Amino acid sequence: MTALGKLVRTTAFRLTLAYALLFAVISAGVLGYVAWNGRQLVEQGMRETVDAEVNGLIDQFRAGGIRRLVATVEQRTRRPGSSLYLVTTFVGEALAGNVARLPTSVLTSAGENPDTPYERLDDPDDVTHHAYVRVFLLPGGFRLVVGRDLGELNGLGQAVKRAFLLALAMLTALGLIGGFFVARRVLARIDSMTESANAIMAGALTTRLPLAGSNDELDRLAASLNAMLDRIGDLLAGLKEVSDNIAHDLKTPLTRLRSGAEEALRLAKNPQDYRQALERTIEESDKLISVFNALLMIARAEGGRAAENMVQFDAAEIARSVVELYEPLAEEAGVSLSVEAPGSLQAHGNRELAGQALANLVDNALKYASREEPELPGAMAKVQVSARSNGDGTTEVSVADHGPGIPEADRERVLERFVRLEGSRTRPGFGLGLSLANAVMRLHGGSLKLEDNHPGLRATLCFPPPFAGAAR
Amino acid sequence: MKILVVEDDRDAAAYVQKALREEGHVVDQAFDGLDGYALAREGSYDVLIVDRMLPKLDGLSLVRSLREQDVHTPVLFLSALGQVDDRVKGLRAGGDDYLTKPYAFSELLARIEVLARRRGVGPAREETVYQVGDLELDRLSRRVTRAGQTLDLQPREFRLLEYMMRHAGQVVTRTMLLENVWDYHFDPQTNVIDVHVSRLRGKIDKGFDRPLLQTVRGAGYVIRDGAR
Repeated sequence: MTALGKLVRTTAFRLTLAYALLFAVISAGVLGYVAWNGRQLVEQGMRETVDAEVNGLIDQFRAGGIRRLVATVEQRTRRPGSSLYLVTTFVGEALAGNVARLPTSVLTSAGENPDTPYERLDDPDDVTHHAYVRVFLLPGGFRLVVGRDLGELNGLGQAVKRAFLLALAMLTALGLIGGFFVARRVLARIDSMTESANAIMAGALTTRLPLAGSNDELDRLAASLNAMLDRIGDLLAGLKEVSDNIAHDLKTPLTRLRSGAEEALRLAKNPQDYRQALERTIEESDKLISVFNALLMIARAEGGRAAENMVQFDAAEIARSVVELYEPLAEEAGVSLSVEAPGSLQAHGNRELAGQALANLVDNALKYASREEPELPGAMAKVQVSARSNGDGTTEVSVADHGPGIPEADRERVLERFVRLEGSRTRPGFGLGLSLANAVMRLHGGSLKLEDNHPGLRATLCFPPPFAGAAR
Repeated sequence: MKILVVEDDRDAAAYVQKALREEGHVVDQAFDGLDGYALAREGSYDVLIVDRMLPKLDGLSLVRSLREQDVHTPVLFLSALGQVDDRVKGLRAGGDDYLTKPYAFSELLARIEVLARRRGVGPAREETVYQVGDLELDRLSRRVTRAGQTLDLQPREFRLLEYMMRHAGQVVTRTMLLENVWDYHFDPQTNVIDVHVSRLRGKIDKGFDRPLLQTVRGAGYVIRDGAR
């Protein structure tokens, strides 16, 4: 597309053109009205003048007969800018006046003729003029014709027409020029935005759209787009971190898998050894698969696709059954795991996911509570699970331990995938438990709260009131 | 057992077929939903293994149609989708069990054997007393005895033992136990189930010279009278 074509296609240019056209139509209307009114006025005046002349001349005729009339007409025709006069006999022979020729049809009947062609006596070229004439029959067959030339009137019409055409031309020119400049300005800014967008698409991800600082609609649009780009940038950075972490954290078990297989090839002496190596390989790959399953589950919970399976479930029952599930494990680890929950606690959500979120929290608590030195020698590490309903309809299930806890600065970060705090790297796990619990709670329209348990960690699953949850 | 595998991934299907044949089963294959439907309607299979995503007719519709045609062969769904609601949809469509890919073959085998057995034992024939060797479990009085001695079990241990004895002689996997005894379908990441089973074993086998509850390495557990 040519530059001009592009310009003409802009909204700004088209709007300007449309306005120019609108103004032209309006001014044509106004001028036309003024011209019509003026013409009416002039015609009215003309008619009155002619009437007055006719009356004066008839008075002269009555007072002094045809001679006096002829004399008066001759006298009047000599005045500059005089009206038109003609006095004829009953056969049409001219006696006096400044009209050379009139159509005979006009002469034969008395009355008004608004637009009559005629020739003037004092005009050498026999040019046909137009006039408004009145014909009057006098006693004795004489005819009196009085009229006014229409040249003046038509001149006025011409002037109005010229004024209108000039105005139209100026409006169009100004409209075109104005449209051109406005459109070029808009186009220049749009072009610079397009250029920035292209640069971003080409890979310069930190580029932002230019702002003119005028805070007009284009600026506001650019600012919104920039905010959007920032948000996308943040998400991308998060995604990149996650995939970096995935790559890093999965490399370790894969390496272990590979070296195990290699070792077996090198050292195995009998089928029994091979068998053991293969079994270890399967165990390791099962762990990897479960990591991928957890990742998928987090992704799907974050995608909010389990929402359709929300039902009423008993949060107290979940607390009890998860504790019951982990109780032998806790006992083996030397941790006292207890539960405090009312008989029944209705919440809205997905029992499976809520159960898994709670299981992850309990699993974590057992892992960390058990291996710290108890505060009092001989005392057992404790993990307390409690479920309760708040006055505002929310339901909370919390897991409290007296382990090392999570420093306040890290509480946001540990919810991300694969984030494990320093010192926990030596413990089993992949750093997905809290991420999953968090994703599950977000899916429920609730939240996962991490608080200080003085000492230790209190992790709480907060379910929203049933209807707030159902509305999601 | 006669098994139909409806799976469009030919490599996966071939692997399952081979592995099942090694276990002594008769295996037919179908590579799309329509073939699978036709075979399942005509053949008298003990178990159908149906992938969720199939060309021509998807797994859910296939099973729904079979159920409408009064074909009640047990169905195990296989799926790459591993979310809770997928599982629920599968079971609602008439599936009897659900397994997410990738799965361990031992898990698949354990599940189809349980499914096929369930078909043979209708609800009417559900026994009230399970017996394995000298171990007896009375489901009505909720009493467990071994060699006449009453064993003191916690309610959950009772349910665990009940499930395993109902499927005596069959391998039950850890996830099957979690699903059927605790009604949770997630992967607990830790060996919680093992701890429960070893506790149960402590109660029923300790002090007796013939262990009944055995660990099947890489698969799960089985309760059986080894002497038989």
